Amino acid sequence: MPSVHVVKPGLLTTVQDRGRWGSQSLGVSVSGPMDSYSHRLANAIGGNDAGAATLEVTLSGPELEFDDTRTVAVTGAEFELTVDGRPVAMRSALDVSAGSLLRFGRRVRGARAYVAISGGITTPRALGSRSTHLPSSMGGLDGRALRAGDRLPLGEPLQSPRPVRRSQPVESSSTWTLPDGRATLRVLPGPQLDRFVRTAWDVLQSAPYVVANDSNRIGYRLVGPSLETPGKLDLISDATPLGVLQVPPSGQPILLMADCQTTGGYPKIAAVISADVSVAGQLGPGDTVRFVGCSTREALSALIAQERSLMAAARL
Amino acid sequence: MSTFRIVPVGDATMVVEFEERIDPAVNARAIAAAEALRAATIPGVRDVVPTYRSVAVYYDPLLTDYERLVWRLEDAIAAPAPAASIAHARIRVPVCYGGDFGPDLPEIARFADASEAEVIEIHISRIYRVFMLGFMPGFAYMGLVDSRIAVPRRETPRVRVPPGSVCVAGVQTSVHPVEAPSGWHLIGRTPVRPFDASRRDPFLMKPADEVQFYPIGRDEFDHLDRAQASR
Repeated sequence: MPSVHVVKPGLLTTVQDRGRWGSQSLGVSVSGPMDSYSHRLANAIGGNDAGAATLEVTLSGPELEFDDTRTVAVTGAEFELTVDGRPVAMRSALDVSAGSLLRFGRRVRGARAYVAISGGITTPRALGSRSTHLPSSMGGLDGRALRAGDRLPLGEPLQSPRPVRRSQPVESSSTWTLPDGRATLRVLPGPQLDRFVRTAWDVLQSAPYVVANDSNRIGYRLVGPSLETPGKLDLISDATPLGVLQVPPSGQPILLMADCQTTGGYPKIAAVISADVSVAGQLGPGDTVRFVGCSTREALSALIAQERSLMAAARL
Repeated sequence: MSTFRIVPVGDATMVVEFEERIDPAVNARAIAAAEALRAATIPGVRDVVPTYRSVAVYYDPLLTDYERLVWRLEDAIAAPAPAASIAHARIRVPVCYGGDFGPDLPEIARFADASEAEVIEIHISRIYRVFMLGFMPGFAYMGLVDSRIAVPRRETPRVRVPPGSVCVAGVQTSVHPVEAPSGWHLIGRTPVRPFDASRRDPFLMKPADEVQFYPIGRDEFDHLDRAQASR
């Protein structure tokens, strides 16, 4: 079976597809890419279906050696890249052949990059998805991050070759802005906003929050203005969607990300809009984030704009 | 028929909330609503997640809009539940209580002002309802535990507890599917695995199932555990 050889794994590199939907009622997290926009853009440039599995690279990248001729695309966080020692561009269709070595160099900005390989990564599905969920060791390659020496099976590239080969990079899109140490995320009021003190919604938007060191694919611990509730709340646990800002008794919010649990009992003050969750996926420890309220109409417009740019990239 | 309200959570999830209490009747309403929503196969719906007293509906905002979904949800919830949804499983779970397997049993006995044997007797005396799953694959929130042994969760969670650990926190009880951190009190261990990816149905317990614990000795535990491991 054709495969890609992991020469160096990078800091935390995992297999991700669109996520494990449909089993949250059994306690199974969705997981999937932290930045789904860049994940889909990589598949679009690499000539894959939107559902193909890619590699999510975190902060420092891998070295990958190929077995056969493939098209590769790298999106998301800005890295210096080489193929067989020659610098190559991100967000472009890269041709590799048997023995080619794709090497990630210095990271310029952003936290997570996505590597799409034509044919997609075809590790076995678990409950319908190839996404790696690290806390439960499910999906991906044996439920874990990549290690040196791993071989990842690849699928057959799609039959119809793209009519026009694209070697020029896809322009960075105004519908998704790669954070350079700071980001502004648009939020909608959460279902328990009324459980907080009256000023909490304004406090949330009053100053930036810092992403703490113990932040990961499960969620970001944020340090900043305290979000208070009058007295101790005793809520009945319910569902905890991606992008929700939940607030434990400390008053310091946690932004729930891709690997978050399916349920939780902390009040949810706000939810980051879908289009901006992809931007949040590019934040790392020490980065700052500012929240700004928006309307549901604006949330939908932003998502439609991203969808348009992804469809345009797939057509190129 | 109980009342409910529908609230958005961000732009891709909405939650149908029933009365705010942990109650088998309210939970049954939430689970029936979830089953009706699944049966309605509404375009754009990605996942339907019943919890203690609500149902979360995850949707693709590019395929359906909020108002349309509210209309379909109200329709589906008002319709009578399909008869098949009434049948739920009764699961018997053997537990080796106390000793190394139940290091918190003495503390619960002190809390209840009872002997360890009496605590075990109280724990097995009820048939528990699976209110919901969460935390990790196959982790069932079951209740209601008798208030005499309903110790609030530990101040300091354990960093890891072994799979099969039977635990109590307040009026809730559960079985740990895999090794994980836990703030619940450990009272025993079962050789049964709530989640096993290699099983035809990996999930032993599902929402609305009924679970009955029964005591076994260490010899029987070891025997069942070996049989489980060799499968």
